[in-house]
Amino acid sequence: MDPRTAAVSERLSGVSRVAAVAGSKGGIGKSVVATTMALALAGRGRSVGLFDLDFTSPSAHVILGTRAGFPAEEFGIEPHEAAGIRVMSVAFLLGDSPAPLRGVDATNALLELLAITNWGDLDVLVLDMPPGLGDTSLDVIRLIPRLEFVLVGTSSRLVISSVERAAALLRELRVPVAGIVENMSRSGGDGVEALAGRHGFPFLGSVPFDPALEEAVGDVGRLREGAVFGAVDGVVARLGW
Amino acid sequence: MHEFALADAVARAALRAARDAGMSRVERVTVKIGELQDIRTDLFVFSLTEVLPGVDPALAGVVFDIVEEPVRFGCRACGAEFGREDAGDRSDPDAAEAIHLVPELSHAFLRCPQCGGPDFEILAGRGVTLERVEGTGGEED
Repeated sequence: MDPRTAAVSERLSGVSRVAAVAGSKGGIGKSVVATTMALALAGRGRSVGLFDLDFTSPSAHVILGTRAGFPAEEFGIEPHEAAGIRVMSVAFLLGDSPAPLRGVDATNALLELLAITNWGDLDVLVLDMPPGLGDTSLDVIRLIPRLEFVLVGTSSRLVISSVERAAALLRELRVPVAGIVENMSRSGGDGVEALAGRHGFPFLGSVPFDPALEEAVGDVGRLREGAVFGAVDGVVARLGW
Repeated sequence: MHEFALADAVARAALRAARDAGMSRVERVTVKIGELQDIRTDLFVFSLTEVLPGVDPALAGVVFDIVEEPVRFGCRACGAEFGREDAGDRSDPDAAEAIHLVPELSHAFLRCPQCGGPDFEILAGRGVTLERVEGTGGEED
């Protein structure tokens, strides 16, 4: 018997809401949306955690500009504090080493971290999900209470077709979807908004493509001044969290 | 003290298993500890027998049997089977700490001694598993 599953709900007992920021394609800005969403929530006075679940390519710590080392151990492990957010990432354990994990290994890593991380009392725990609808998505749905998804898409037809599948799966599994965000928007969110409408999910708004974003990565002060943060803050306002 | 968190998980799982099996009291719990996670067994047992009973009286007097299991890896690329000593030295404290917290991160630090690859399976001896719960009114494997 695996004892870790018994510990997960207890470790998350002080977390009011868990938001999985997901999209089924890579490179559509899920990590930027997840991280700025956490920053925006913190800016609105919420107590926020950010858990980077992209174990093979973690990047939330890069966006936040933190290279904190091993988490402190105190009856479990403590997330790091960065820009007013409690942050956990395997990058804190790995440094720059690559971690080639198959699905079963990713499942075990997720379960292990959920069983030992002390999130404490949080209004929202934001999950930065890996691309796709693979093991981690299914594990999160299976293991985490009070979970809802925030889907991220772009106006690319390739992405919309992929997010369509994610939306259909979440509907079938009856997993709550708080809404869909259009990211990297250049001309308005017709395609993503229509997709949200087809599935009966709220359209949470468009986040513009901002060429200056790259320069702001790693600098929370500049991120907060940018167009992306402003738009994501609007998304958070629409969510009402 | 990560060992406390693992002990807490074991205790919760054991009490849940006992409840599911209709036991009125837990008497003996068998826990398997894999070599890979490199757990401080003394801290782990201390948490189970001295700390956690103060939190949940149902754990008072429970006997915990610890079975230690050597780690075995199987390389998916070349088929070699190997143990911890063959997969890399233990002297890197960062690697040891990462594997201690999340054993799957061994894929970042250990390698197959035959082909040098990271695509291996942890066949045995990964971490902590609850093997058996015995008590009044039932028994649960």
